[in-house]
Amino acid sequence: MLQWVAQIVSAALVVAFLVFFVRNVLRAAQVRGLSLSFDFMSQAAGFDLPESPISYTPADSFGRAFLAGLLNTAKVAVVGVVLATIVGTMAALARLSSNWLVARLASVYIESIRNVPLLVQLFFWYFAVYQQLPPVRESIVWPGPIYLSQRGLYTVAPVPTANLLTWLGFVAAGLILAVAAHVVLMRRQMRTGQDTHYALISFLLLVALPAAGWFLVGDPPLLTDEPVLGKFNFTGGLRLTPEFAALLTGLVVYTGAFTAEVVRAGIMAVSRGQFDAARALGLSSGQTLRLVVMPQALRVIIPPLISQYLNLTKNSSLAVAIGYPDVFFVGRTVINQAGRAVPVFAMVMAVYLVASLATSALMNVVNKRIQLVER
Amino acid sequence: MVLAMEEIRMKKLSLLVFMLMVLPLVLAACGTAQECPQCPACPECPTCPTCEACPECPKVAAGGQIVAAVKARGKVVCGVHTELLGFGYLDPNGRNVGFDPDFCRATAAAVFGNSEAVEFVPLTAAERGPALQTGEIDLLVRNCTWTSSRDVQWGNFVGVTFYDGQGMMVRKASGDTTLEDLDGATVCVTTGTTTELNLADAFRSRGLSFTAVTFEDTASVYSAYEDGRCDAATSDKSQLAAVRAGFANPDDHVIMDITMSKEPLTPVVPAGDDQWFDIVKLTLYVLINAEELGVNSANVDAMKGDANPSIKRLLGVEGSFGQEDLGLATDFAVNVIKQVGNYGEIYNRYMGPDGLAFELPRGQNELWSDGGLIYAPPLR
Repeated sequence: MLQWVAQIVSAALVVAFLVFFVRNVLRAAQVRGLSLSFDFMSQAAGFDLPESPISYTPADSFGRAFLAGLLNTAKVAVVGVVLATIVGTMAALARLSSNWLVARLASVYIESIRNVPLLVQLFFWYFAVYQQLPPVRESIVWPGPIYLSQRGLYTVAPVPTANLLTWLGFVAAGLILAVAAHVVLMRRQMRTGQDTHYALISFLLLVALPAAGWFLVGDPPLLTDEPVLGKFNFTGGLRLTPEFAALLTGLVVYTGAFTAEVVRAGIMAVSRGQFDAARALGLSSGQTLRLVVMPQALRVIIPPLISQYLNLTKNSSLAVAIGYPDVFFVGRTVINQAGRAVPVFAMVMAVYLVASLATSALMNVVNKRIQLVER
Repeated sequence: MVLAMEEIRMKKLSLLVFMLMVLPLVLAACGTAQECPQCPACPECPTCPTCEACPECPKVAAGGQIVAAVKARGKVVCGVHTELLGFGYLDPNGRNVGFDPDFCRATAAAVFGNSEAVEFVPLTAAERGPALQTGEIDLLVRNCTWTSSRDVQWGNFVGVTFYDGQGMMVRKASGDTTLEDLDGATVCVTTGTTTELNLADAFRSRGLSFTAVTFEDTASVYSAYEDGRCDAATSDKSQLAAVRAGFANPDDHVIMDITMSKEPLTPVVPAGDDQWFDIVKLTLYVLINAEELGVNSANVDAMKGDANPSIKRLLGVEGSFGQEDLGLATDFAVNVIKQVGNYGEIYNRYMGPDGLAFELPRGQNELWSDGGLIYAPPLR
């Protein structure tokens, strides 16, 4: 009974607070004559963006600028999450290594990075690392060719030709055969206990068929577009801007250190007996990790890992400090150039909320699948 | 059973914590509204029976709520730049100085007779509009360009204090002199500014391509340019001159001899209070007219005895030019001129031949009588 009263009172308080908050915004907007409508989103933006995954010019609308910012955020978040997971796992394994030097190095990395604020690290990466590369005319040239300078990394871009579709057929065939081989051979291995090298064979299929197809279709399916140094800068080719690179590096290094501790905790949570039993069965140390330890560790790792992924996405809004046009950066610019603070902030908050909830939901599905099935 | 008891105890605890967190918020929100009798913003609303009744007051009031708030506070809250040499920066003692902060001081001298009754709020370019719209500041003096849409959305633009135009700074070694030379260049610019929009307009109208690299922080813009991230940097010419003066090798950079736009830099007040708007305008008129009449901080006391009726009126010796109607002291102009100086003195203090910041010829910012554009209505 008491519980019910408590629940109702707390619910009423929450509702009352929200009502007060919304009414306050509406009233303030009315008193100050601020418009809360979203109509301005279709007006021409008038400002340029340093980079955008979709085509964007100053003649496009505020809405399209916002979408470009949104996609920039998605780009850095997706790439960042993948890389941070790899870096984190490697650092965790290194810290657990029996090699004294490797373990020490990993400890130093994790402890120093976790204890310096991310904003400081971003300024470091952008101004002290990427801006100190040679000027564009004195670019470092690596085979490829890859040009590295203050203006970013330029390299060849693939340009599709008429043969691309035929070649993609080979790629698809390779993929299907690889999956089939994987399934069949793994079943045989489970049945007979003999190592069928299923991973190796399916990987070879995956690579060999497309490679053979490349030469069988005649003219190459992809041509290359090389960056050409003009009066000021490279034109053409693929470009990786220093702003994106600095943000990505900062986020990956920072989140990777936290991820490493999450992974290490997960591995440590698997009891020592599991290692010993696996080794006693004759599994190699790689197999022990892959087949025995990791499946059990993942149950402990996934839930805190979700919050690391969310942190990375939300931290990407610090891009505003180093000039990477993410959704928050573009949102701030739109607020200023259109003079509409409340609607744009509502949109920016909605974007981060949806992104976080979607990541959470996805990872919860993964979590469900790997949980121990209890009977 | 023990577990269930524990659970209930935890629930109670978390509920208590929650209520402790939320209640003050609700109470605080209500409390401020009910304390309306003390709230100088709405003198027309002596009693506030409910939370709802009071906040309507500012709408009914014809004006005067900013003036009342400023007087109750005893300070003018002024939004300024803190990183722009000459226009708004910090001196070695951490004091806000520059052409713009001095206008804040002049306003404080007009209202309180004390030029130091100012609270400076550092703002980035992108924060200016919202700060005005929410009434966070009483006055914005931050090399802000007067445009029609800002006039509609941000507040009231007082009067141009500095006629500027957008320029382009490049490395001298590049030899570029026109915008056409910059086809394909990377340009550093501050986000949320008119220059960001003008840059796009200027290149598009000439059919030229460019890449903008934008930052919200002015210091980052020029740091990136100086490091070589950009081929050019664009802003108001005065700002470029200020920044160039602070570079390690100023002579390696030139400001191209082109003007891409009109940039009338103007102080702004929030909308809704005509009295405050008029007070700030009158302060500007006093500064300009004082220079025109030859009254400065050194001779202001002696000038009280001058025979010229215009000077007598300016210094409150004889006649009036409307200052009493605004609730200002008859001789408020004396305080302004004595403590801050006239328009020319303020300009020269930072950008004159022996200026504290750097030298920038007055050009268009000469008085109208000397062939410039600086002009104020007569004080009468």
